[in-house]
Amino acid sequence: MVLSAADKSNVKACWGKIGSHAGEYGAEALERTFCSFPTTKTYFPHFDLSHGSAQVKAHGQKVADALTQAVAHMDDLPNALSALSDLHAYKLRVDPVNFKFLSHCLLVTLACHHPAEFTPAVHASLDKFFSAVSTVLTSKYR
Amino acid sequence: MGFLTAEEKGLVNGLWGKVNVDEVGGEALGRLLVVYPWTQRFFQSFGDLSSADAIMGNSKVKAHGKKVLNSFSDGLKNIDDLKGAFAKLSELHCDKLHVDPENFRLLGNVLVCVLAHHFGHEFNPQVQAAFQKVVAGVANALAHKYH
Repeated sequence: MVLSAADKSNVKACWGKIGSHAGEYGAEALERTFCSFPTTKTYFPHFDLSHGSAQVKAHGQKVADALTQAVAHMDDLPNALSALSDLHAYKLRVDPVNFKFLSHCLLVTLACHHPAEFTPAVHASLDKFFSAVSTVLTSKYR
Repeated sequence: MGFLTAEEKGLVNGLWGKVNVDEVGGEALGRLLVVYPWTQRFFQSFGDLSSADAIMGNSKVKAHGKKVLNSFSDGLKNIDDLKGAFAKLSELHCDKLHVDPENFRLLGNVLVCVLAHHFGHEFNPQVQAAFQKVVAGVANALAHKYH
C-alpha cells in the first residue's frame, strides 16, 4: 500500500484545517476508542479514563503531535517515526489490532468535526495514512 | 440483559429514527468501494467505478446501498435475535454470493463513519459505542451460517 501524491495532498490539507484542535481530537479519539473497544483500556490501567480526564487529554495531545510530525514527513515515515516505532516494539508492545481501533476512531472524530473536509476521497486517504503510520509503529515487533 | 442494554437500545433507536436509510445506504456502500477498492470485486457488473465521484454517483451503487441498509434496518427491529433475523441472508452470502465476512466488518465501520459525518457531535462516544456493538452483531449474524 502506497500513499499517492493525491493521498499526501488530501492528508496535508485536512490536517492543516485541524490546526490547534489536533490535541483535542486526539483525546476525543482515545475516549471513543476506550468506549467502543473496551479491551483497549487494558493498556492504561494506570490512567483515569473518565470523561475529561487530564491524563487522557495529555495523551491525546501526544498522539496528535506524533501524527502532526508524521504528516510533515509523509515521504519518509519509517525515519520520522523511528523512535516511536522502537518504543511500541520494545516497551509498549500494544497488540497490532489496536491500531485499527484507534485509527477508526480518529476517522470518526474527524468526520464529526469536519464534515465538509471528510469527503469519500479524503476519507480514503486518511484511512491509508493511519494504516501506513500503524504499519511503521508495529514494524519492529518481530 | 439482551444484546444491548436498555440505554444502548434507546441511543440506537433514537438516532436511527432520524436516518434517511435510502441515502445513508448509498453513501455507505459508495464509501466502502472508494476506501477499500478491493471490495469492488463483488460489483463488476455495476458499470463505472473508476473514480470516487463515479462511484458515489453510480445509480447501481445507490440502489444496492439502499437495499443493504433497508435490510440492516429491518434487522435492528430484532436486535435481540440478530442471528435468527439474518439466518437466511447469511446462507445467501455464503452459498450464492461468496462474500468474505470481513467485508461485513468493513461496511459496518464505514457506516459508523457515515453516521458520524451526518450527525456530528450528536454521534458522541456513547452513541458510537452502541452502534459499534450493533454493526459487530450484524456482521457476526451474517457470518454465522458460513461453512
